[in-house]
Amino acid sequence: MLKYSLRRLASAVPTLFLLITFAFFMIRVAPGGPFDSERALPPEIEANLAAKYHLDEPLVFQYARYLWQIVQGDLGPSFHYRDWTVNDLIIQGAPVSFALGAAALLLALLVGVVVGAWAALRQNRPTDYTVMSLAMLGISIPNFVLAPLLILVFAIVLGWVPAGGWAFSFDRMVLPVITLALPMIAYIARITRGSMIEVLHSSFIRTVRAKGMPEKEVILRHALKPALLPVISYLGPAAAAIVTGSVVVERIFTIPGIGSYFVQGALNRDYTLVMGVVILYGVLIILFNFMVDLIYAWLDPRIRYDDGETA
Amino acid sequence: MNETTRDAFDQALDSREVRGRSLYVDAWHRLLRNKAAVAALVILTIMIALVVFGPMLVDWDHEIPDWDNYSTPPSLETGHLFGTDALGRDLFARTMIGGRISLLVGLVATLVSLLIGVTWGAFAGYVGGRVDNVMMRIVDAVYAMPFMFFVILLMVVFGRNIFLIFVAIGAINWLDMARIVRGQTLSLKNKDFVEAARACGATEWQIIRRHIVPNLLGVVIVYVTLTIPQVILVESFLSFLGLGVQEPLTSWGALVNEGAQEMEVAPWSLLFPASFLAVTLFAFNFLGDGLRDALDPKDRQ
Repeated sequence: MLKYSLRRLASAVPTLFLLITFAFFMIRVAPGGPFDSERALPPEIEANLAAKYHLDEPLVFQYARYLWQIVQGDLGPSFHYRDWTVNDLIIQGAPVSFALGAAALLLALLVGVVVGAWAALRQNRPTDYTVMSLAMLGISIPNFVLAPLLILVFAIVLGWVPAGGWAFSFDRMVLPVITLALPMIAYIARITRGSMIEVLHSSFIRTVRAKGMPEKEVILRHALKPALLPVISYLGPAAAAIVTGSVVVERIFTIPGIGSYFVQGALNRDYTLVMGVVILYGVLIILFNFMVDLIYAWLDPRIRYDDGETA
Repeated sequence: MNETTRDAFDQALDSREVRGRSLYVDAWHRLLRNKAAVAALVILTIMIALVVFGPMLVDWDHEIPDWDNYSTPPSLETGHLFGTDALGRDLFARTMIGGRISLLVGLVATLVSLLIGVTWGAFAGYVGGRVDNVMMRIVDAVYAMPFMFFVILLMVVFGRNIFLIFVAIGAINWLDMARIVRGQTLSLKNKDFVEAARACGATEWQIIRRHIVPNLLGVVIVYVTLTIPQVILVESFLSFLGLGVQEPLTSWGALVNEGAQEMEVAPWSLLFPASFLAVTLFAFNFLGDGLRDALDPKDRQ
């Protein structure tokens, strides 16, 4: 297990390197720079600015400098917010985005699994059809459609919650979290239903039932765990979905998280900020996938990653 | 066995000429029995007809404002069936034109991803060995990247060009296709019927044409129907952020974005494009699900 973990972590390094390289050169070949403005700056000032941010050096030097900085954990100064470093900005935005994402993920897991299992137990009955149609609807309504609709109904018409803004409080978090979670609830419910049905038809469940175990025990103690495996492997893509979803949600609800920084940064051509966010998300998604694999191995005794450990 | 019985037997055999039902005829019949899928098919047909012919049905152009009606609600009297937006442009015409772009992007970008994905996956699967290993490692590495950010970067960096949207979205969506096709090819080429065909003296090309490609087609069709809504979604997402299709053209995502900004005073400008988008995605997803059930040979009877 340990060997596998280390190998997996090591294989993340080239991926990250690729990510950084790709993003770096893509941004640098872009026409237009971060200091372009309506009014042309005097050439001396432009030269000074370029020198300050090392933009006058050859691209390869800039790249090497940047890589070295990253190894030291420094994402550099922001090109747009002059007195800020990218680290400062990310440290400010990250807790907000993480709180939002974590809450959405938890909510989605909880509701999705329960609803999916419920539909599976009533397979091909009206409950099942209703739940699955709703789930399909949940997948089909994009979050940038859902969010304005939720605001329209709950903030403007009913006036129950504020329409935007951010605080670590229930009434400000509830709409963004629901917006992020709903499509995931739908996916998780569909996955759970499918795998639950498959597990319930398998022979070990028949055996347990034949032994006279009460149905509730059969489901909770025997069926649920194997049925959850596909849900666990969905968590990787789910993390990526939260990340992209948060860009929209943070924008619509005017939440000061990393997602809004990214869009603003991209529009301002704030190279270092954009790079910082991309790298952060890359690291997060890689780490998350890694954890998912470990959980998967822990849940499913049939999977052993290291040769020799298989009995 | 005397002559007459043998003749009778032969005759019986002749008259009982078995016409094999091909997988696709079979699948089509099963699809038609699936009510949700048929409904989805009908809705999609109507939707395509609407976006193609809809703009010709109204007197209003999607660009030219009606100077007498700004932000007016849907009404038969003014002739604006879906109302007008804040600039007085007819929302029906705009929704139809937006639909053209959204569906077009969906189709073209899916074709791009189909082309890359199938070639990549089929090649890796059929050749196998080290080549396969390297090709799939590349897919894995690219898979771990936060794509949406790359597309956003691309749009910012290279301007908001509709052809770039096709290519960018297609280029990020081929990974799943490559994986699925590769897995399928890998399992197909070791199947008994392929070996049987080879034993009968079929050429490599015949095997690919008669056995590999038709068996791949099912998976690919299902996957294409499920990719189209994803792609439409990505385009809408970009347009929503203001990075997708630019004025005077529009798309459902861009319309939703405009509508969301005016929803307090003009909720219809959000509701119409939003429901067209959602219904289309809904129908594609249902159709894809129905196709998957219909083409899955596991429950053929």
